[in-house]
Amino acid sequence: MTMMRKILGATAALAISATAVLAEPAIIFDLGGKFDKSFNEAAFSGAERWAEETGGSYKDVELQSDAQREAALRGFADRGYNPIVMAGFSFATALNTVAADYPDTKFVLIDMVVDQPNVKSVVFAEHEGSYLVGVLAAMASKSGTVSFIGGMDIPLISKFACGYAQGVKDTKGDATVIVNMTGTTPSAWNDPVKGGELTRAQMSQGSDVVFAAAGGTGLGVLQTAADQGILSIGVDSNQNYLQPGSVLTSMVKRVDNAVYEAFSAGENVMPGFSAMGLDNDGVGYTVDEFNKSLITDEMMAAVEDAKAKIISGEIMVHDYMSDESCPSF
Amino acid sequence: MDFLTLIQILDSTVRLATPLLLACLAGLYSERAGVVDIGLEGKMLVAAFLAGAVSYVTGSVWLGMLAAIAGSTALSMIHGLASITFRGDQLISGVALNFLAAGLTVVVGQAWFGLGGRTPSLSNGGRFEPITLPFADAVADVPVLGPIYEELISGHTLLVYVAFALVPLTWWVLYRTRFGLRLRAVGENPSAVDTAGISVVRLRFTALVIAGVLCGLAGAYLATLAAGFVKDMTAGRGYIALAALIFAKWRPWYALSATLLFGLLEAIGNRYQSIEIGAFEIPVQFMQALPYILTVVILAGFVGKAIPPRAGGSPYVKER
Repeated sequence: MTMMRKILGATAALAISATAVLAEPAIIFDLGGKFDKSFNEAAFSGAERWAEETGGSYKDVELQSDAQREAALRGFADRGYNPIVMAGFSFATALNTVAADYPDTKFVLIDMVVDQPNVKSVVFAEHEGSYLVGVLAAMASKSGTVSFIGGMDIPLISKFACGYAQGVKDTKGDATVIVNMTGTTPSAWNDPVKGGELTRAQMSQGSDVVFAAAGGTGLGVLQTAADQGILSIGVDSNQNYLQPGSVLTSMVKRVDNAVYEAFSAGENVMPGFSAMGLDNDGVGYTVDEFNKSLITDEMMAAVEDAKAKIISGEIMVHDYMSDESCPSF
Repeated sequence: MDFLTLIQILDSTVRLATPLLLACLAGLYSERAGVVDIGLEGKMLVAAFLAGAVSYVTGSVWLGMLAAIAGSTALSMIHGLASITFRGDQLISGVALNFLAAGLTVVVGQAWFGLGGRTPSLSNGGRFEPITLPFADAVADVPVLGPIYEELISGHTLLVYVAFALVPLTWWVLYRTRFGLRLRAVGENPSAVDTAGISVVRLRFTALVIAGVLCGLAGAYLATLAAGFVKDMTAGRGYIALAALIFAKWRPWYALSATLLFGLLEAIGNRYQSIEIGAFEIPVQFMQALPYILTVVILAGFVGKAIPPRAGGSPYVKER
């Protein structure tokens, strides 16, 4: 009995100390890993920026398999981290089961919507950003054929492809857009060799600008494009510097801002839905010293014009995820 | 489909089949000697990592390749130590190596470069350059044969030619040399080899060294092709090579055709992500699953009976 009481006491003390000391934020990265030069790395840099500016500390974990999602979430929630940010749409199912069990913990999910009272869902308008790089691709292409390489074949990636295709076709009506997906399993995010082969296959079909939205696979795409002397477009983070002079631009998704804001708000994160689009700089294209020479004034004017029109609502970019179809394919 | 497209698909086939072929031949040596080698994937992964890392640090692709071979052979030796010397279970040892490789490459890579297990991109000195065979440009305009020679045969990196040259070499070693005879015998009936006064342990270790070297080449090929290492970049190619080995019934020429077939299917899947036949459209998922479906179908009976080396999978105990 005394033994039992001791253990209970110890657990209670632990639990109290845990909640008392820790109200630190935590972040869970998806399978691509936090240095994927892309989506997860953007999330990581947002967290780092917060830590640097506020001097605070946070906890993070990289998943190794799908099965760990729920365990990682419960692990952080049990230890009192708040808020818990998840980088990636794949957390939706796990979060839906976990969120109700921890009503006092705030969860922030990036790239997917989960409707729970303590969850903030941050969704990006990737189709709008992709539309802009599509405009640039259409104008930079000499052959009139451009292409897209996605990672895993999921609706989110088709959303990129669809916006891109619409941007290309609105700019150059007779242009051809080739769309390929690397695979249907998570390993599709980490296969640069296959990314390179897909690039060559698209090149042989005439493509001279290729947009890669494929995590680590995209690095192979950018490399092959540089080797073969065609243009490529990076994704999520600014990837212009990876192959200077060959990366036309990058479709950036300011995941870092989303993470930064969530961490800054701390426990007071407002649950609900948050859309990051062109109007609040949630998505965009990049111009820096590595790609300045590739983008002419004419292209710049056209893309800024398109941006203004999307913000004002004059151009409606089709969202693939709204009806799982794409009129521009 | 026009002729040029066909050439391009075959060209892609050659590039995709090369790592499979090297790994398949590695498995062939190992399994012919009676050591089941499920660790091909892990060895390739470690080799790819070392090739990427060392090529980047030294700026020399050759040093990178040597490091890849050394790392892959070291894993092979661990496999040998566990399964030959200590007579452990070969499958378990192999699976353990795969896990070790998947974790170790990322951890070491992170500590070394701080890029999360990725190695920095290789510049030109750190990669194999495509080799243009003699007269490739001169004959490019010759109809039919010109493009075949220029596109398909010429213009690959060194390791592609090495891999293809290794097929006849392996055949010759296995079937025309004393070493090959002993290697095959030790996989079928090790006690007979032992009775003849030849060391079973030494032969099996030799086979594993060869397997290590070949996996090292396969890994170096992947890393230099993609200009750097990305975690888990082998993406299951070691297992496909293993399937190709069974498909090939542990014979070198068949290994070539099996790996080329897998390469071809992947190349077709890359090129035609959805094929329309009349009103019916074959979805992309089917094209991408095709190599795996084929593996199941083929192994389920189309190759006839695939009989593995009889002593494969069991450690040799001298006296019973």
